[in-house]
Amino acid sequence: MAAAATEKSREWQLALPLTAFFALFFVAPLLLVIGISFQATRRMTGGLGLNQYAAFLGDSLNVEVLTDTLLLGVKATLLCLIFGYPLAWLFTRVSAKLQSLLIFLVILPIVTSVVVRTFAWIVILGRHGMVNDTIVALGLSAQPLHLLFSEAGVVIVLTQVQMPLMVLPLITVLQRIDPNLASASSALGAGAWRTFFKITLPLSMPGIIAGTILTYTACVTAFVTQSLIGGSRLLYMPMMIFQQAMDLQNWPFAAAVSVIFMISVLLIVALLVALSRGRAARLYG
Amino acid sequence: MTDASGHALALEHITHRFGDMVAASNINLDIKPGELVSLLGPSGCGKTTLLKIIAGFLRPTEGDVLVDGAAITHIPPNRRRIGIVFQNYALFPHMTVADNVGYGLAAAGRPKGEIAATVKEMLDVVQMSAFGDRLPRQLSGGQQQRVALARCLAIRPRILLLDEPFSALDKNLRLDMQIEIKRLQRQSGITTVLVTHDQEEALSISDRIAVLSRGILEQLAAPSEIYDRPRTLFVNTFVGTANLIEGIVAAKTKSDTGVRIGDAVIDTNLPTYLAVGDPILLSVRPESVRLSKAAGGLPVRIRAVMPIGPSQIYDVLLADGTPVKVVQDRAASAPDLTADSDAFLVIDGRRISGLFTNPDPTPGA
Repeated sequence: MAAAATEKSREWQLALPLTAFFALFFVAPLLLVIGISFQATRRMTGGLGLNQYAAFLGDSLNVEVLTDTLLLGVKATLLCLIFGYPLAWLFTRVSAKLQSLLIFLVILPIVTSVVVRTFAWIVILGRHGMVNDTIVALGLSAQPLHLLFSEAGVVIVLTQVQMPLMVLPLITVLQRIDPNLASASSALGAGAWRTFFKITLPLSMPGIIAGTILTYTACVTAFVTQSLIGGSRLLYMPMMIFQQAMDLQNWPFAAAVSVIFMISVLLIVALLVALSRGRAARLYG
Repeated sequence: MTDASGHALALEHITHRFGDMVAASNINLDIKPGELVSLLGPSGCGKTTLLKIIAGFLRPTEGDVLVDGAAITHIPPNRRRIGIVFQNYALFPHMTVADNVGYGLAAAGRPKGEIAATVKEMLDVVQMSAFGDRLPRQLSGGQQQRVALARCLAIRPRILLLDEPFSALDKNLRLDMQIEIKRLQRQSGITTVLVTHDQEEALSISDRIAVLSRGILEQLAAPSEIYDRPRTLFVNTFVGTANLIEGIVAAKTKSDTGVRIGDAVIDTNLPTYLAVGDPILLSVRPESVRLSKAAGGLPVRIRAVMPIGPSQIYDVLLADGTPVKVVQDRAASAPDLTADSDAFLVIDGRRISGLFTNPDPTPGA
């Protein structure tokens, strides 16, 4: 009994290697970044203050970049949800053979190199790319559309690239829902829409929230996609941090921008987690 | 709580195929208003397929489902007013007991006040009034079943379907719920179809039993008739315990058959379409045969004796090695009927349960 208790009390040691790794390569650099963000001057001469934060928030152009980035995430995440939910629902209703095909298509973006798939999108979305050629040929528009180097293009590509992060949690949750629940709802007189909104949708809420958190955080921080598809005219937070840190060597300002960005995203995630806690408590106690 | 009179349910020439697999083959069932009919059979016999067809979750390949003589085959499940209680109850986990019971009424667009009144009435009927605010996961299996039943009855269904309703309950609770469901069903007069693989359950609760095997309706009859006069070898062996003894048709009239087993001939009061000299299987229940030390009947060797309360079970072997089970009152059993001794098996030709074609006769039997 006592031996078992000691054994149990020492099990936490299994987490030591990861904890050490995490502390050394994630927590320490993060603290360093936070520390640098409070440097009053660009040269980091030792004076501390909130100067960098004041500089960021004082310029409406900077705040605009922040809201653009946060909204970009909202748009791409919503599209992922709108396209991903029917796909996940379909997955739970087809044969095992079709399921493996669907899952392969869903995870395809993950297994392709980010640079390769981004260049593929440049070819597809360009002025004389497949999409524009089709649009012009069908007579939907006389001129090719500006898809590349526009926010619409970035949203389209992010939706494709981050889709697995939305679909996989949704599939997990939808598969766990007892199919008899929908049958029972139907036998009690409910139509397909009522069954969906009263039974299937509320029960899949945990998956929607998990997928939304994953997709959102991935979309707002997608440096490569944002900069290659968005081009130089569109500026989002990750690129802004990169420019300040690497091109302008303004580390204190870059650090302050990073901290502000991190806090903004964490606030949104915390909101979603709070939402899911409330639901989970009701569902699973 | 339901319509004053029950509704008639009929299946006409129902056939259902899944690819090459025939799950139901030309099934005809006529269920009278207020009747409780069990669909009994092993897994894969097509009973669940039939239940889904009645509920409307499956469209049969051929044939029609009729309620009060009108075909409902083309009507979707949500407009059939056929209630179903699932094996796992399928209560909505995110809704309270009261919301579950009121779900069908809300779907029908009834006013809030009426829903609340009906929910209260239904919870009273199943004795769950104190649990309206609970969530399903806070209830025991028996309580969940009561709620599932109340939810189903709240929409005043024309037909009630029960899918293996007692299989998830432990043994003591099972009997209580069987009695309770039978009482509710009698009281409301609702036509009920129950699916089960448990023959005891079917025998005890049903007005009639439909025995199914591999998609074929083997027999539809009252429980006592299913047990005493099984029409096919399958029904005979699936329901109750049967001793199958190989013999030869020795003599036959229009209504009687003489069966020779070893050196003895047993005169039965059942007809057969087999010819004299054909191999035949004689089936007799363990409680319909008698063991005796006095000469007469078939010589047997007793392999084992097991006392179970008021009766004794004997496991004996006929001369050709066929095992036979005998159940008789302990009071009526001679004390010298012990294991590893010889005795005689007396078969009363009037109490056999059936004569069947022998599908696989032993050569020389």
